[in-house]
Amino acid sequence: MSYFRAENISLHFGGLKAVDGVSFAVEKGEILSIIGPNGAGKSTIFNLISRIYRPTSGKIFFEDQDITEEPPYDIARRGIARTFQNIELFENATVLSNLLVGRHRHCTTQLWQELLFLPRVRANEKAHRRRVEQVIEFLDLEPYRDKLIAGLPYGVRKVIELARALCSEPKLILLDEPSSGLNVEETDDMSFWIRDMRSELGITVLMVEHDMLLVSRVSDRVIALNSGRVLAMGTPGEVQQHPDVVAAYLGA
Amino acid sequence: MRFLFKTDYEDDIRLFPHSGYVVSYGVLFALLLAAPFVLSSYLMSQLVFVCIYATVGVALLILTGFTGQASLGHAAFLAIGAYTAAYLQQFGVPFPVYFLAAGLLTGVTGAMVGFPALRLQGIYLVIATISFAFIVEEILARWESVTNGNEGMRVKTLYLFGHAVPRDSAAFYFLCLAMLVLTIVGTLNLLRSPTGRAFVAIRDSETAARSMGINVSLYKVKSFAISAGITGLAGCLFAHKLSFISPEMFTLQLSIEFIIVILIGGTFSLHGAVLGAIFIVMIDPFLTYLKDDMPGVIGGMAAALGAGKERAAHIQDSAAAFASLNGLKGAIYGIIIILFVLFEPLGLYGRWLKIRLYFQLFPLYKRATFKRQKIYVKSERNR
Repeated sequence: MSYFRAENISLHFGGLKAVDGVSFAVEKGEILSIIGPNGAGKSTIFNLISRIYRPTSGKIFFEDQDITEEPPYDIARRGIARTFQNIELFENATVLSNLLVGRHRHCTTQLWQELLFLPRVRANEKAHRRRVEQVIEFLDLEPYRDKLIAGLPYGVRKVIELARALCSEPKLILLDEPSSGLNVEETDDMSFWIRDMRSELGITVLMVEHDMLLVSRVSDRVIALNSGRVLAMGTPGEVQQHPDVVAAYLGA
Repeated sequence: MRFLFKTDYEDDIRLFPHSGYVVSYGVLFALLLAAPFVLSSYLMSQLVFVCIYATVGVALLILTGFTGQASLGHAAFLAIGAYTAAYLQQFGVPFPVYFLAAGLLTGVTGAMVGFPALRLQGIYLVIATISFAFIVEEILARWESVTNGNEGMRVKTLYLFGHAVPRDSAAFYFLCLAMLVLTIVGTLNLLRSPTGRAFVAIRDSETAARSMGINVSLYKVKSFAISAGITGLAGCLFAHKLSFISPEMFTLQLSIEFIIVILIGGTFSLHGAVLGAIFIVMIDPFLTYLKDDMPGVIGGMAAALGAGKERAAHIQDSAAAFASLNGLKGAIYGIIIILFVLFEPLGLYGRWLKIRLYFQLFPLYKRATFKRQKIYVKSERNR
């Protein structure tokens, strides 16, 4: 049984088939990339997994459990974290408190305990901060710890979003175009981090990416999509050579 | 300038970041404790109202400032608290019981308002809460067997553990002060815990909050319940302070006053609620003073500037007529809100921060420090 499996998932908006019967599986510890031209349905697949959209048909399994009908917050609680293509950070909060929100799925204190700030809450808070500091160190975010998001440059925000996802200690992370808007050096950093995430933190990675250099450098396997359908699946080299993929990108 | 070196996670968690805070808040607290022995009974009465308004302001901040859910229905929550207290008091229920009952019942009502509000955003939520306030107002006027309708209800003197606590006594003031301080401490505790961060997350991006495992609906309802509950507690003491309550005291105008409290104080900090409360309580006697004395002053000035006796009297009469126009107070409130939103969106507390920074950095203060930090009550953006 695969670690994560999408079976024949579709999403139709009226007559438009944004995703049309896509099936794929992700093995534990794998880095799988989804590529495809604009409007191919890549981000839509992510939105289906994290339940921003509800699939028209098909099923999604994670750790052998059907998660198709679960509400979005339960998806996150199961250990699936994600980043967004157009950064979705909490603008009017500091980097630190953004990252602490990432810890939410591990928060166990009750409202009344928090109102009184009982020793248990205090101890939990410290534990959360310790974990957040580890992520800050992992991603070199020390200079920005107490800064407000609203004033930070795009590249840094991108990393903070990744950090927030990592703070939830996910088992599977969905990265939506991690390198968009980053310069060459930042993209290099990103590719190291993605590989370290797997080797050091043991996280399975599913990512949508346009930058073929980054894709071929980090991915074990690649899925090529076009118009909501799978064109090809295989190693980065195989997929890049596939005649249908070449046709989709360059025109037949 | 003071530099803080953080060596422990505790440094970020504690309520007073350094000893300076302990001293300044300690002095403030001592002054507040000494107030009844120094201030006139009129000012003491105003101070009680400041405590009550500030408590409601903090409650509204939790909902509007931190969770991003606007409400123009807080006068109704206050009314539910006040009427619950007044009703239970008739049957000889002791104060601690009906005080808590007022908070609890209002909190449950708040949660019930929160559920339909889950589907509404921004301006639509405002309309929904206004409708709720009108419904409550109407119920208070019509449900005569319980609320005595438009005749209103008399609220008897408060008895705490067998001792009378008259509404103009120092003890009553301490009760209100205790309520305010406990509310502020509880809210600060909430804000440094997971629940508070979840509220702020919902304000800034519901999508991201969801994908981080936050049950957005649950936390919105929680926010409504907490906010309403605190307002209900304030309503209980409000009823005692007024000693008489009737439906026309809890109108839309009062809800707007609460919005002014947080808008003028500043929506990003609890300080704002207190500063805004002081502002709104003190502006009333100021307006009354203007209304009573200004026409005379204007007439006097006209006479001094050489207008004939008859002409000066005419000017004075016109000024008096203008000052007693219906709705003038509402218009002045409106102008104040507009001016603050345009020129000081961070509110009075933001102004205070700027002044403080000016002196800390003198002569290096730069205006741009505060420029980028826009603060907004989330309305249209979040989807």
